[in-house]
This record gives sequence, C-alpha cells and structure tokens, in this order.
Amino acid sequence: MIRIALLVAAKDLRIERRSRVLLWQVLPFGAMALVLCGLALGPQHAGHSSAGPGLFYLVMLLVALLVINRSQVIEGSPGTKASVATLGLDPAGVFLGKALALMVELWLMGVVLLAGSVLLLHTALVGTLSALPSVLVTLAALSAAGALYGALSGGGQGPATLLPVLSFPAFAPLLIAGERSFSAALHGGALWQWWVISLVALAAYVALGILLYGVLEES
Amino acid sequence: MGSSSPVVVLRDAVVLVSGFPLLSGVNLELAAGSLSVVTGANGAGKTSLLRLLGGLAALSSGAGVVSGIDLRGGDLRELRRRVGWLGHEGSFYDDLSAYENLAFAAKALERPLSEIPTVLERVGLASRASTIARQLSAGQRRRLGLAWLLLRRPELWLLDEPYASLDEEGRTFFDQLIGDVIRGGATVVLSAHDPLRSSSLGPRTLTLAGGLVVEDRS
Repeated sequence: MIRIALLVAAKDLRIERRSRVLLWQVLPFGAMALVLCGLALGPQHAGHSSAGPGLFYLVMLLVALLVINRSQVIEGSPGTKASVATLGLDPAGVFLGKALALMVELWLMGVVLLAGSVLLLHTALVGTLSALPSVLVTLAALSAAGALYGALSGGGQGPATLLPVLSFPAFAPLLIAGERSFSAALHGGALWQWWVISLVALAAYVALGILLYGVLEES
Repeated sequence: MGSSSPVVVLRDAVVLVSGFPLLSGVNLELAAGSLSVVTGANGAGKTSLLRLLGGLAALSSGAGVVSGIDLRGGDLRELRRRVGWLGHEGSFYDDLSAYENLAFAAKALERPLSEIPTVLERVGLASRASTIARQLSAGQRRRLGLAWLLLRRPELWLLDEPYASLDEEGRTFFDQLIGDVIRGGATVVLSAHDPLRSSSLGPRTLTLAGGLVVEDRS
C-alpha cells in the first residue's frame, strides 16, 4: 500500500510540476482572490478585523477545489482510466498517494497564501507563523477529504459543480476548525483544541479513504 | 491458433448503462491463443464487448467467465490484472514522457526498469523515450500503448480500434507484433472497422450489430 501510495504521489507531483498549472493558474487565482478579499475589507479594517483567518481559509477552499479537481482530471480520460485499472493497483494505496500529492500541493499554496495574507490582509506576522502548524494539519485533512470526495464526484468526469456541492459539508467543519485555530494564534484563545479537531478529522478521512476508495472507484 | 480451451465464455451477456443495452445477449467462446476481430458499425457494441471482457464494464445479466474468473461475483480486480487494454483515446498519462509512463507501469507491477529500453526498441520508440506523451504523433502514441502492454505481458489483449490513425507501415508493424503475441500464447481480441485487416493472421471475425453477434466467421 505504501509503495503504491509513493508511486502515485510521485507521478501526480511530477505531472503537476511539468504542466505548471499550479504555478501559472491556481496560484495567481489564489493571489487575486486574496487581493479581492483585502479590497473588500478596505484599508481601515485590514489588520484590525478578525476576518483575516476566515478569508484565508475561504481562498484556500477555492484553491483546494481547483487542485482536487485537477488531481482527478489527470486520471479522467477513458483510455487512461481503463489502462491504469488493468494495472490492478491497490485502491488504498492510490487514495493515499492522491491525498499525499494533494497535501504537498496545498501546503505549498498554503504557505504562499499565508505570506499573502500577511501582506494583503495584514495579519500579524508572529501570529501567522504560530498558526502555521495548525494550517498544515487542516490542509492535510482537507487533502484526505478532497481525495475521497474527488473520487465520489466522478473522478474528473462528473459535472464541474458536483465536487463543491458534495464536498462542502465535509470541508466546512475543517474550515471552521482551521479558522478558529488561526484566530486563536492571532488573537489568543483555545489554539490546541481546534488543532486536535483537525488532527482527528485527518485520521478519520484517511481511514475512510483507505476503506472506501476502492468502492468509489468501482462505482 | 493455440489450444482450444476457451479463455472467454459468454452466455446471453447483457450490459446495460442507464437502462440502455450496450450488449443485448452475446453468446461467445474464444479459445486461448487465438486472434478475434470484432467488427461492426459505430454503436454496435464493439468497445462494450471489449470492456466487458476486461472487467471494465459490469455484466447486467447472463453469464460470463474470462480467464477463469466469473464476471458475476468473481474478483474483477484480479481479472483486470490479467488483461491488457489499448484504447483508441490513448492509454497513458499525457504529461509524462514515454519512459516515465512505462516506468510507472513497471514500478506498479514490480518489474525491473531495465526492461523498458528493450520494449521501447521493440516498438520503435527508443529515440522518443524522453518525449512527453502528448507530443507524440497518433501512431507513436499507439506504439507507446503497445509498449505498455509488452511490458505487462497480459494473458488477454483487448485492443480497441488499434489500426485507427496508423499508416501502412504502422499497420504492418502492428500485424507483426500481434502475430508474435499470439505465437507467444496470449489471446488477442481487437475491434476494427475493416474486417479484412489482419487476414494474414487468420483471425476469427465477429460482426456485431445492435449489441448482438450477428455473424461469426473463422
């Protein structure tokens, strides 16, 4: 399972590195969304508002949906799907590999967008840095959930709106926990409790993915 | 032809998708080590038949056994491991090079990477090993698909319109390779619009219409 996971993750990351879609399309989109959020707050409120963490996670959600959809599109063409199916890969390994690649991509995006939130939303640098571990855990949980819901929404072949509709109820608790822990890091409060919620969610989605990914593939 | 023990047995096989019958009751036996060409108009059910044989489409009713695995209730994942699929849409990752695609398959199957240069040489793509798959011509992409199958060495080769986009040289090469594969003991089922193609290999020709085998010529 681990061998297949590493193989799939390496393949997905190589494809992303080569296609440069993340670098030239998704990242600029995320940056523009952050700029728009900064404009929406206005110069008087940026930095003083408690909206920074929520806006950061809103942008991360939009970015995550693009990245998750792209991760499924890679496998989506009928020929590729059929050929890869005949390799008989362990579905749990495929799920873990997909989730791992998504996690690396979202972590990269997250770090860049955190820096963007310091610049554009004027979140405090020290608070933002102390929020980094919780952001990484939340994004890891989002990756595991995203790999699962990406497969559920039709593996890149379903309607484009299906992924957001299906995944939002699953993502919402993660986003809330992430936003709360980010806010706690900035303004003080119960940082660890929200951190643990993200960690439990990560473990739950990894377990669900390992158990269900094969069933979703078959369906 | 190889031995006469059937590698494929279908009895009144029906495949439904959203209630629409893609196959309407196919009866078929294919001997191991044989070549069969499935012909028919667009929508006749050629691809659906191949997908059923590969465990890639579900049998809705009827019965079927492929490579000893029951299509209803059997381990379809194990069946898929035993078949090789070459689709007319391309059969690999477009953003990986020819070598990287084969390396992915080799690692997945725990085969040595040292086999890849030999396989690329065999299909005439040795000089294109580092070319990204999407930059290959249609004929080269088909050869890469064949390389993928040669690396895997499946028992049952399912080739969906393999002659499409191939020039005369490519078709001749393809015929030679299929001949070698059959002599090696594998079973080949391919779909084609032209039933006369591969006649030098003595294929059995199955003509499909409306999801049924309407003609069976050996």
